[in-house]
Amino acid sequence: MARVGVFVCFCGANIADFVDVPAVVEEAKRIREVKFAIDYKYMCSDPGQQQIRDAIVQHRLTSIVVAACSPRMHEKTFRKALSDAGMNPYLLEVANIREHSSWVHQKDKKAATAKAADLVRMAVAKSIANEQLHEISVPVTKRALVIGGGIAGIQAALDIADARIPVVLVEKSPSIGGKMAQLDETFPTLDCSQCILTPKMVDVASHPYIELIPYAEVLELDGFVGNYKAKIKKKASYVNFKTCTGCGACWQKCPVKVPNEYNMGIDKRKAIYTPFPQAVPNKPVIDARYCTMLTKGKCGICSKVCEKGSIDYKMQDEIIEREIGAVVVATGYDLWDPKPYEEYGVGRFKDIITSLEFERMVSANGPTNGVPVRPSDGKIPKNVVFIKCIGSRDEAKGIEYCSKICCMYTTKHTILLHHKVHGSHSYVFYMDIRAAGKGYEEFVKKAQVDTGATYLRGRVSKIYKKGDKLMVRGEDAQIGQVVEVEADLVVLATAVVPNKDNPDLARLLGVSYDKYGYMSEAHPKLRPVETAKAGIFLAGCTQAPKDIPDTVAQASACAAKVCGIFSGDTMKKDPMISTVNKEFCSGCQNCVKVCPYGAIVTEEVPMGHGSKEMRTVAKINEGVCQGCGSCVAVCRSMAISLAGFTDPQIINEIVSI
Amino acid sequence: MEAAVNNQLVSIEKPEIVAPPDWEPVIIGILCNWCSYAGSDLTGTSRIQYPPNIRIIRVPCSSRVDPWFLIKSLQTTADGVLVSGCHPGDCHYISGNYYARRRFLVTKKLLNFVGFHENRVQFSWVSAAEGPKFAKVVAKVTEDIKKLGPLHLYKKENFEK
Repeated sequence: MARVGVFVCFCGANIADFVDVPAVVEEAKRIREVKFAIDYKYMCSDPGQQQIRDAIVQHRLTSIVVAACSPRMHEKTFRKALSDAGMNPYLLEVANIREHSSWVHQKDKKAATAKAADLVRMAVAKSIANEQLHEISVPVTKRALVIGGGIAGIQAALDIADARIPVVLVEKSPSIGGKMAQLDETFPTLDCSQCILTPKMVDVASHPYIELIPYAEVLELDGFVGNYKAKIKKKASYVNFKTCTGCGACWQKCPVKVPNEYNMGIDKRKAIYTPFPQAVPNKPVIDARYCTMLTKGKCGICSKVCEKGSIDYKMQDEIIEREIGAVVVATGYDLWDPKPYEEYGVGRFKDIITSLEFERMVSANGPTNGVPVRPSDGKIPKNVVFIKCIGSRDEAKGIEYCSKICCMYTTKHTILLHHKVHGSHSYVFYMDIRAAGKGYEEFVKKAQVDTGATYLRGRVSKIYKKGDKLMVRGEDAQIGQVVEVEADLVVLATAVVPNKDNPDLARLLGVSYDKYGYMSEAHPKLRPVETAKAGIFLAGCTQAPKDIPDTVAQASACAAKVCGIFSGDTMKKDPMISTVNKEFCSGCQNCVKVCPYGAIVTEEVPMGHGSKEMRTVAKINEGVCQGCGSCVAVCRSMAISLAGFTDPQIINEIVSI
Repeated sequence: MEAAVNNQLVSIEKPEIVAPPDWEPVIIGILCNWCSYAGSDLTGTSRIQYPPNIRIIRVPCSSRVDPWFLIKSLQTTADGVLVSGCHPGDCHYISGNYYARRRFLVTKKLLNFVGFHENRVQFSWVSAAEGPKFAKVVAKVTEDIKKLGPLHLYKKENFEK
């Protein structure tokens, strides 16, 4: 028979003033299974815990009830006391007589005492049904997968690899670098983006713990934290990277010219190309959409000029598999297409460009050698109008949120224009200037003074053509008048939107995403880098719009989380998870449907002992189960039980009041 | 349609059973660990007073609550049951409270159908920050059950006599 020990705490005066503690002890002693009951001033103190430890040994107790504060407060403390006395810590139950009785019924001592006695009786009844539980350890594959090779992916990969954990870095395009590689200078310090990024890219390529897989995509991810298996598709590059030296003879001779994505289509690249001169790895790939050898079977020039014979037109996509323990998703962002702004003449007027196009033009390695020009006639613009919040904070045409980076990069653009085109003038139409960040407000203030840019608070209503100029009509809300600015060039600060592949990727990873397509973090404040799926983390604009400092910080946070998972050979896990009694399971699979974590799969077991006929039963993956108990409640044959909250435990509580 | 169905469900509880003057109802509160139980703790920490009739049972998630628990409670010890979980969208286990809500609606209809008054079992959303709300919910549930009087319908002891 069960031998329960009951320990009732005074909690100084917190409990004792409003609950008759000795009466609760006497009441507990009347329960048949209670073999020992005592009160003490502070049960959580060391002498208090010592009483528990001593009683366990002296009275050969089989379960313990501590009537004190909330189990959310001291359950761990008392569990430790139990294990110190050689008892399984999960044989403890806490009766919450402080938060649930003495503190909330201070005017009625009799009722509070009766309630406390009831709570103790419930806890005793539950504890009788408690079972010995043991922490689960799950083996861990110490290898991380980083999806996306922008600054977020690069930083996460480097930080993880520096902790001597192997990293597989998968990048969709032929080179890592991402959006940051397209930037000229970065706010608020005007560091040259290439100068701070390319050394990190080289580090990634040369790091002994990083396996860089460019021009590839993740196809599948199976398994659970510590034990994922990823299927990765290496797209056919038609160039043997092992023998290619990156000399560039092929793309110099290639006759097919196509718009260059890296320069936002302002100039042309070849069908065989490296995205940009500092690309890592610096190996060309053939764009199968445009290569005439691949589409029509005519040409083959690159193959002829390649001294190493690295061109292989017959190359096929290759599927590779990697076993990994944790995933960092760093897929970055796209820019919103400003087409809905018809009244601005987007698409009709060539001299309306987006900020990233402007950024490429003013970039030293850009298509115009660092000088902005008008796309219509190639002239250098003098008056440039920057319009912020194109798509951002615009529920009617775009999205509701603030894209966070536009205020700062537009300020940077006014400075760059000021530097590169003497005698130029910037006009900035803005809604608000949001410059929250270290050194940001100072940067904006200084830029306004140095460049003399005209800041106009208000929205632009219309842009029309007058001669070869663009007339920008908008409101200056501060003087309450309509203003018109004659512009040579108009730059639109388009909204940041999630990578268009995010929803598909999120589905294959099993991570949730919001209405815009950003992947969702586990908690907006306290778990900002984790997803609800254990072992999958988010870095950078995959989660929400971010600038470079925030992105790098989040990427490093991901690395710390990944290193935490890999800190031991196995992971310890709370044993309060579901288990299936295969004998009872009817194989209805209701549990499979309701499990929010996909922790339940099915397996085939023999119909009976020694039988050859098989039947389907549910099987719970210990590594994935979080212990919510949804499956228990839907189980029609009562085959599933949730350790710590079993049906007998809860029913015992109900019937013992 | 909904209303028509509900109109047919006439309560068979007999209101003429008069409660003894010192009668106090027993209410079982089944609370999810992450929101409502934490909310009830906050009620305590804030020293907000509420009627002492409720006995709280902790479960990890409102989706753990089996309709059996409600039926068993009403059959044995309780005059009423309160189930409380996280607000929609806030579930610690992603979607558990939605399952709980659907299951609870069906259970409630069943209980209604076999004659329990609809206020015998109640459902609420209380977040970990809503200490005052928890006290209000308990006060309301207690008041509702007090009005209904002691629960004799299907009580085990009635059958054993």
